[in-house]
Amino acid sequence: MAERFSLTETTAAGGTRLAFAGELDAQAATALWPKLLGRDAKRPAGIDLSGVTRCDGAGAALIQSIQAAHPGLAVTGASPALSRVLARFAEAHRAPAARSAAPDPLPTRIGQAVIAGFSAAGEGIGFIGSVVVSTLAVLVGRGKLRLSECAAQAEAVGTRALPLILLLGFLIGLILAFQSAIPMRRFGAEVFVADLVSIALMRELGPLMSAVILAGRSGSAFAAEIGTMKVNQEIDALYVMGFDPVQFLVLPRIVGAMLAMPVLAVAMLASGIAGMTTVMTGFGFPVSAILRQVTRATTPEDLFGGLFKAMVFGLTVALIGCRRGMETGTGPKAVGESATATVVGSIVAIVLLDGMFAILFNLLGL
Amino acid sequence: MSTAPGADAERVIEADKVAVRFGARTIFQDVSFSVRRGEIFVVLGGSGCGKSTLLRLLVGLVPAAAGHATVLGVPIDSPDPAAQRKIRRNTGVMFQQGAMFGSFSLLQNVMLPLVEFTRLPHDAAEWIARTKLGLVGLADFAGFMPSEISGGMLKRAAIARAMALDPEILFLDEPSAGLDPITSAGLDALITSLSRDLGITFVVVTHELQSILAIGDRVIMLDREAKGMIAEGDPRKLRDEATHPTVRAFFRREELV
Repeated sequence: MAERFSLTETTAAGGTRLAFAGELDAQAATALWPKLLGRDAKRPAGIDLSGVTRCDGAGAALIQSIQAAHPGLAVTGASPALSRVLARFAEAHRAPAARSAAPDPLPTRIGQAVIAGFSAAGEGIGFIGSVVVSTLAVLVGRGKLRLSECAAQAEAVGTRALPLILLLGFLIGLILAFQSAIPMRRFGAEVFVADLVSIALMRELGPLMSAVILAGRSGSAFAAEIGTMKVNQEIDALYVMGFDPVQFLVLPRIVGAMLAMPVLAVAMLASGIAGMTTVMTGFGFPVSAILRQVTRATTPEDLFGGLFKAMVFGLTVALIGCRRGMETGTGPKAVGESATATVVGSIVAIVLLDGMFAILFNLLGL
Repeated sequence: MSTAPGADAERVIEADKVAVRFGARTIFQDVSFSVRRGEIFVVLGGSGCGKSTLLRLLVGLVPAAAGHATVLGVPIDSPDPAAQRKIRRNTGVMFQQGAMFGSFSLLQNVMLPLVEFTRLPHDAAEWIARTKLGLVGLADFAGFMPSEISGGMLKRAAIARAMALDPEILFLDEPSAGLDPITSAGLDALITSLSRDLGITFVVVTHELQSILAIGDRVIMLDREAKGMIAEGDPRKLRDEATHPTVRAFFRREELV
């Protein structure tokens, strides 16, 4: 590209005179900046702008940076129009304020993190408290639970997740049966694969996998929906209109998730047993024998324990998703952060709860 | 008011019978006008008349269903990347809500086009960005995040970002909407001073009568019922002499009977 500017340097008393000509724009500034403002640039004797035909913000930045680097430098030859432009930019420019003080020392930051952790835990307990209060209000008739919204949430959380649950359940049953058949065969105990898979699915995998899917599919959606409403001040609007945001937004989601989860767990169990049966028939067992083995191996306690766990997981995921949504900050990243935090937090909480259930059921002898 | 360029000034934007349709719904049609270099050109009209859509058309965000328009001599729908680059590099847009990137500070927002589209050294880009923020009166807020400043400041910051690359044309969508009269008047003064001192051409979409009379060199008025232009010319003349009932009602703040 042809250069639309030129710089003539003439040696005079006291140093070099810089005579600019042509168009001082981003192209000129890019080319001249390192030379005139680099580390080894010398103080010029003066700047002559009489040949400059046009100067934009970048050109003005160049001239003014040279002036700022060498206070008292004379600038001559600018046309009235150019002087006006330069004056406008010079008046506007403000050097950055001095940097703020050094970062806090490590102990201070550790202390701040601890305080932040405690206050976050306190806020979490506060949220659970407000959900309990709202639930009680509904139970004693002081509040209203929007049943149609609960049903809509149950549909979104449950019905629409069914194809995924059925597919995953079938595959998990299939894989479990295949994998456990290998060691079982060594003992001639292949028929007990049915016991293993059905107990595992009923007590553990059904509720657990359903909850993981709930966290990924619906927990994140709760956080994003409520978070977007928060960012758009819709939560504030609900509040000033006299609605309880918890009653209006959180309870239907909790009820929906708690209703849907046992159904999802049963669906996963059924499709898992179907997957296992597919493998077992391949080994030569008749379907009736497999199903008899399943009914003999499992008890109603196994089933109801699993369903109870599923409900608790549903409650947990919905609580975490809604709380993250309600706490969404401002800015475009906030909603995404809430959704991520929901999925991570939910999965950790589910696994922890599952461990606690294992201990509890063991103590109760279930 | 800035000194309006004469009728023989170079035309930087020309629109010839442009129309925009969303599906079967016609927003406007047969809209023709030209914008001269250095003037403040105002597109006005009531809510829903398509004035923001016209601006989105000119900046290439909405396709024209009919007609032809050029910006700086380049057809707005030109498929040539070099032609598109010429428009992008020489125009700036301020959106209604500012559209500042929320994860960057104001300074980073203004520096972004400088860093991405020029090879200026970092110091130079920062100097220029600080100057642009100073031009809109936000020199002391360079380190703030967009969520930490008010709506009026956001709009001014958006103007600073739109000016980062020293564009010839600035498009402003509703600069004074939702602002108090003092802030709004300050923004008007900013627009006229930038036009006067730096020779920037402005295309401003607004329905604020006081702004229109304060800054507009020339206006066109769109109307929802007519689905097109119903007036063109000097806003003060339109106020005093217009015969079209909607135009009269608009400028005199009357109800339309």
